[in-house]
Amino acid sequence: MLAAAIASFADDATSQEQVRPYTVIGDAIPESLTGAKGDAERGRGIVVNRQVGLCLLCHSGPFPEEKFQGTLAPDLKGTGARWSEGQLRLRIVDASRLNPNTIMPPYYRTEGLTRVAPAYQGKPVLSAEQIEDVVAYLATLRDERAP
Amino acid sequence: MTRAAFLLLTVVSAGVAASAADIPLGERKSGYDFMAPETRAMQDDDTANPAMLWVLDGETLWQRREGSAGKSCADCHGDARTSMKGVAARYPAFNAARARPVDLGERINICRTEQQRATPLAFESKELLALAAYIGQQSRGMPIEIADDARMRPFLQAGQDMFTGRQGQLNLSCAQCHDDNWGQKLAGAAIPQGHPTGYPLYRLEWQTLGSLQRRLRNCLFGMRAVSYPYGAPDYINLELYLMWRARGMRVETPAVRP
Ligand code: HEC
Ligand code: HEC
Repeated sequence: MLAAAIASFADDATSQEQVRPYTVIGDAIPESLTGAKGDAERGRGIVVNRQVGLCLLCHSGPFPEEKFQGTLAPDLKGTGARWSEGQLRLRIVDASRLNPNTIMPPYYRTEGLTRVAPAYQGKPVLSAEQIEDVVAYLATLRDERAP
Repeated sequence: MTRAAFLLLTVVSAGVAASAADIPLGERKSGYDFMAPETRAMQDDDTANPAMLWVLDGETLWQRREGSAGKSCADCHGDARTSMKGVAARYPAFNAARARPVDLGERINICRTEQQRATPLAFESKELLALAAYIGQQSRGMPIEIADDARMRPFLQAGQDMFTGRQGQLNLSCAQCHDDNWGQKLAGAAIPQGHPTGYPLYRLEWQTLGSLQRRLRNCLFGMRAVSYPYGAPDYINLELYLMWRARGMRVETPAVRP
């Protein structure tokens, strides 16, 4: 039982899977990484979670219940109106393909990183499923005005 | 003077090359300037600053005879209030026997093992922090002044490379937060410029005193990067670069931080 508990703890710290191949067209990854549509509600949970999505370290967004949000990056409200799902997918998978100097971490890349802590080596920040959930959630953020 | 010699001299006196994103010297701010008024008040008033308990312990340890040589720090150095004035402001300093810089904690342990013939104090131990806080306090208010001569330059450069290079699963560099985004909020907390002016210091989050190396491990952990073992030369290089980056700023030891 203890071993199972430890294993499940390791599982939700990071994904165990390898990065799957994807195709970039223009400034987008048009196809879902998993072949399926993500779950927007789970996506919201990932975005506000400071150990999983980490998004609110840098971004703010339409989350009135979240007290501590970041100011290093654009507000996430209205992102679904500004970008297509494919564009959102590339920005999360590897924002450095669009802006080499970006501070936004590459969420689905394991190559070209240095001095990664052992617990995270060879693993992307989010799994393909988690990225699809986040994309599905961001696509619902269509209101540009304050919440 | 030949042109080549002149150029060489210019390079030597400039230390490591300043990069485009460096904070202009006049715009540098201590972590103190980003703190809430209550936390500043705690640092300003020695009777409210919890770090002063370590300073008092340090004063006692300074007088205590230790090791098989049976000598105290005071037996060799006399009154710390005069002999240790300005010392912390110029560490890490070059150690000729080791042919590399050592930080204040390592310097204390060199005296312990070579002069007192005692066992070295453990990193982050109460005693080592207490002595470092007591010695540091003797430089309070004095400007940080790091030697940036030819012997130090390779170590300074290594520290700068570590500061500006991206690392960890999140692919961030120290400079992206502390040069490019200071003053912004990271999850609601102000990002300071990352100056090492107050160490060892009392961090409210730790509920205790801690060294600069401990603070650096916190940032590396957040970046999901490998942390070095305490005492690793990589930390000394980074500490050295941070002190050089803070040259001219005032020592606040023992400071308080959130
Ligand atoms: C360490 C900082 C950081 C983190 C963490 C971060 N981002 Fe970003 N993000 C940025 C920055 C900065 C930009 C601005 C564009 C650029 O620099 O590439 C950005 C841009 C974006 C954009 C495009 C926004 C627009 O309107 O142009 C989206 C969408 C986005 N991020 C979503 C996310 C999501 C979702 C997460 C978490 C899963 C996340 N970000 C985590 C820093 C971050
Ligand atoms: C994603 C942002 C980020 C990155 C990357 C980062 N830091 Fe920090 N750093 C912070 C924040 C935020 C604090 C203040 C935390 C607090 O006081 O609650 C801080 C505090 C510090 C301090 C303490 C300053 C003081 O006043 O005592 C030092 C020194 C420091 N960082 C150095 C570094 C170094 C060196 C690196 C790279 C190895 C680094 N940081 C990487 C965000 C960052």
